[in-house]
Amino acid sequence: MSVYQSAPTLEQAAITAKDFNFWYGDFHALTGLDLNIAKNAITSFIGPSGCGKSTFLRCINRMNDLIEGTRVEGAMTLDGNDIYAEGVDPVDLRRRVGMIFQQPNPFPKSIYENVAFGPRLQGVTSKSDLDDIVEESLKRANLWKEVSNQLNKDGLALSGGQQQRLCIARVLAVQPDVLLMDEPCSAIDPTSVSKVEDLMAELAPEMTIIIVTHSMQQAARISDYTAFFLQEVAGEPATLIEYGQTDAIFTSPVDSRTEDYITGRFG
Amino acid sequence: MSDSVDTTVDATSSRELIKRALSHGKKGRINKDLSNKIMLGVFRAAAYITTLVLLAIIAYVVINGLPHISLDFIFGWPQGVNAEGGIWPTIVSTIYVTALAMLICTPVAVLAAVYLAEYAKQGKIVDIIRYAADALASVPSIVMGLFGYALFVEAMGLGLSMVSAALALALLMLPIVMRTTEEAIRAVPRYIRWGAYGLGATKWQVVSKIVLPSAFGRIATGIVLAIGRAIGETAVVLYTMGQAINLPISPLDSGRPMTVHLYLLANDGINMNAAYGTALLLMVIILAFNLFARYLSRKRR
Amino acid sequence: MEAQETPQIEQEAQTPKKRELALVSRSTYLKEKALQWIFFACAFLAVVTVILIFVFTTYSALPVFTDIGLADFFSFTWAPSEDHYGIMSLLAGSGLVTVGALAMGVPLGVGTAVYLVEIASKRVRRLISPAVDLLAGIPSIIYGFFGMVIIRPFIAQLTGGLGFGALTAWFVLAIMIVPTITTLTIDALNSIPMGIREASYAMGATKWQTIYKVVLPAAKLGIVDAIVLGMGRAIGETMAVLMVVGNAPVIPDSISSPISTLTSQIALDMSYSSGLHRSALFGMGVVLFIISAALVGIVRLISKKRG
Repeated sequence: MSVYQSAPTLEQAAITAKDFNFWYGDFHALTGLDLNIAKNAITSFIGPSGCGKSTFLRCINRMNDLIEGTRVEGAMTLDGNDIYAEGVDPVDLRRRVGMIFQQPNPFPKSIYENVAFGPRLQGVTSKSDLDDIVEESLKRANLWKEVSNQLNKDGLALSGGQQQRLCIARVLAVQPDVLLMDEPCSAIDPTSVSKVEDLMAELAPEMTIIIVTHSMQQAARISDYTAFFLQEVAGEPATLIEYGQTDAIFTSPVDSRTEDYITGRFG
Repeated sequence: MSDSVDTTVDATSSRELIKRALSHGKKGRINKDLSNKIMLGVFRAAAYITTLVLLAIIAYVVINGLPHISLDFIFGWPQGVNAEGGIWPTIVSTIYVTALAMLICTPVAVLAAVYLAEYAKQGKIVDIIRYAADALASVPSIVMGLFGYALFVEAMGLGLSMVSAALALALLMLPIVMRTTEEAIRAVPRYIRWGAYGLGATKWQVVSKIVLPSAFGRIATGIVLAIGRAIGETAVVLYTMGQAINLPISPLDSGRPMTVHLYLLANDGINMNAAYGTALLLMVIILAFNLFARYLSRKRR
Repeated sequence: MEAQETPQIEQEAQTPKKRELALVSRSTYLKEKALQWIFFACAFLAVVTVILIFVFTTYSALPVFTDIGLADFFSFTWAPSEDHYGIMSLLAGSGLVTVGALAMGVPLGVGTAVYLVEIASKRVRRLISPAVDLLAGIPSIIYGFFGMVIIRPFIAQLTGGLGFGALTAWFVLAIMIVPTITTLTIDALNSIPMGIREASYAMGATKWQTIYKVVLPAAKLGIVDAIVLGMGRAIGETMAVLMVVGNAPVIPDSISSPISTLTSQIALDMSYSSGLHRSALFGMGVVLFIISAALVGIVRLISKKRG
C-alpha cells in the first residue's frame, strides 16, 4: 500500500515497524504501518492534523501505555529487540528512547534539578558526577551560556524557547539512543527554533532522531528521511502513504496525495 | 563546575563525559521495581481502607437501624422518657428549621455572590469579604452555637426557638451557598453576557434575566449541599433550638431536631434501638440530599 | 443677536432634529446604584457576622478575663465548682486529639487522593470518588455514634479501660477528616499539568518515582492547604469528640484514659452553667474562634503564594 523511495534498509535501521496497528479503545487509529527508521539520522513525520503521526511517535517509547484502553498489533523493534514483547519494561525502554514534547514541560524545580532528574533516577548520587552531567548537557543544548550563573532558578522562570532547550538538556543528560520530538518547535519563538534545529544537526551523527512537524520547510531543511501519514476518511484508521529520502519525497513524490500535501493543496 | 568557554563544544568528548558520569550510577533496577510495586500497593490500600470504612459505617447503621424503622416509629410520638415510641416531632423540627434557614440564607447568599462575581472590583474590600467568608465557613459549630445563643436567644430575645436556630444555621450555610453560587456565575460564558449587553440590557437585566437563570443548576446544587449540611448539624442547634419534644407551629416555638434526639438517646443508652433507627433515618435523608446534589450537577453537564 | 446666543445653546445647535444619544436617565442610574449597594450589603454581611461573632463571644467572656485574669484562665485546673477556670488541660486535649487524628488521617487522605488521581483506572475512580464525597456528607453525630458503639468497645478490649479517651477520638476524627483532605488533595493534584507527568515517564521514571519526585513536590502547597483545613475541622469538631473522649478535664495518664477538649467541654457545660462558669465557656469559644481564623489565614497566605 505505502510507497517507498530509497527508504532505509533493515541493516540501516534502528527502529522497525512491521504491519503495525494501533487502537484507542474501539477506535482503530493506525493500520498496516511498515517502515524502517534509519540509525543516527533525522527522520521527519509529516501529515495533516489527526493523521496519527504523533500517535505513532508515542508508540515508539510506549507512552500510549499510559492511556487506558490502548492496544497494538504487529511488531516494532528497537535495535532488533521487540518493544512490545511480553515482559518488556516500558520504564527501561523510555530510558533509551528520550522524548521532547510540543509544549515545553520543565518540572517545577530548579534548572539544575531538572537536568539532574534522569541521572538521579539511574542512581547517580555523586555531586561531582551530577555537576559534570548538568554542565555538559546544558552545553550540548546550547543553554549553558544563558543559565550557567542561575542554575538554582526555577525552570519555569525561563522563556518558552529556553524551557524547550532545558527539556532537551534534560533528555541529553541520560544519553538516549533515540530522540523523539513531537512538534518541538510549534510553541516557541523563531530564534529558538533555529537554535533547536542546529542542535538536532549536531546530535544526528550519534543519535537516531524522529521529529513530528507541521512545517514542510522544517522537514525539508533538517531531515534525511521523511514519512507522510494520512487519514483519508474520518473515523477510518490512518496509515503511511509515502516514505523515503527527504529529497526524493519533496522533489518527486510518487503518490498524488503526497504531492497535494507538500504543495499545500490540503492540510 | 568549571567555567570553561563553551563556544565550541566537542560533541564526542561531551558525550563520553556524560556517559562516564552516568556509568557511576548504581544499577538499582530490582530495587526500583520493588519500591514501585510496594508504594503503589500502599496507595491502593489507603484508598481501599477509606472506602471500606465508609461502607462499614453505612452498613452498620443500616443493619442495626432497619429493623426498628416502621410507620409508627416515623410518624409516632415519643413515649416514656422520650426514648420509646416514635420520633415524628423531631423530624418535623429538623425539616422546619432547615427550610427556615434556607429561606433566610439563600437570597442573601445569592445576592452576595452576584456582588462578588459581577460588581466587585478586585481589591482590599473583596479580599476582606472573601477572608470573612472563609473564616465563617470554618467557625467551629459549637462557637456558632454559643454565638447564636448569645445574640439570637438572649440579646434579641427570640428564646430557644426555630427562628433562633434557623438564623444560626443560615450563617453556617451562607459561605457554602455564596461560594458555589459565585463559581456558578463565573462559569457562565462571557459571550452570553455580551450578547445581552449588545441588545442594550442594563447590568441588572443581564444578571437577573441571563446570568442567574443560566447558573441556576449549579446554584441549586450548592443550596442542596448546604441543606444536607444543615440537617446533620448538632452543636449549632443544641443551644439555640432547645431540646423539648414539641411539634413546632410558629417560628418562636422550640423543638428538638433529629440530631439532638440521637445524641440524647445515645448518651442515655436507655433505648439504643431507637438511636439506631434515628441514625438510619438521618443518614438516609442526608445521603438522599447529597445524591440529589450529585444528580443536579451531573444533569448540568 | 444670534451670534451672541450661540455659546449658550451650543449643544443643541450641534445636533439639530436628529435623535440624540440618551444620557443615562436618573431613574435607571439610581436603580442600578441602589441594587449594587444591596448586593454589597449582602456580601459585607459575611464580614459583619464574623466581627459580630468575635465581639459578642468576647463580650460574653469578659467577666472571666477581668475577674480571674488571663493567667488563671490559661492555667491547668478546670474545676468550676471551686471557681477554677483554667483551660490548659482542655486546650491540651484539643491539641492531643487533633495531632493524633492528623497523624492517622493525613496519610490515609493523601494516599487515597494520590491513588484516585495517579494510579486508579477510570472504572475504580468512578466507584470510589463518589464514596469519598458521600463520606464527607455524613454528619458528625453519626461518626460520633459509630465511634461510641463500635470503636469504643474495641479500644476498651484492647487497652482494658472503658475505651473513652484520645485513642478512640483519633480513630473517629481521622475518619472524619479523610474526606476533607482527600477532596482538596485531589483538586491540588488535578491542577498539575499533565505535561510534567509525561515528561517524567518519558525520562524512564516509574510511577512511584513520578509521584514522589515530580507530582507531590509540585502539589506541595495545595496538600498543605488540605492538611490545614483538615486540622481546622478536627479542632472544631464537637459532637463526635464529645461522645468518645470521656469528658474528664485533666491531663490524661495515657491515650486511653478520659480527657476533655475545648469543644466538648462547652457542649457539655452549657446546659447548666451560669455566671463566671458560663463566661469561661464563652472564653473558650473565643480561643477556638481565634485558632480557626488563624488557620484560615494560613491557608490564604499559602494560596497567595501558589498564585
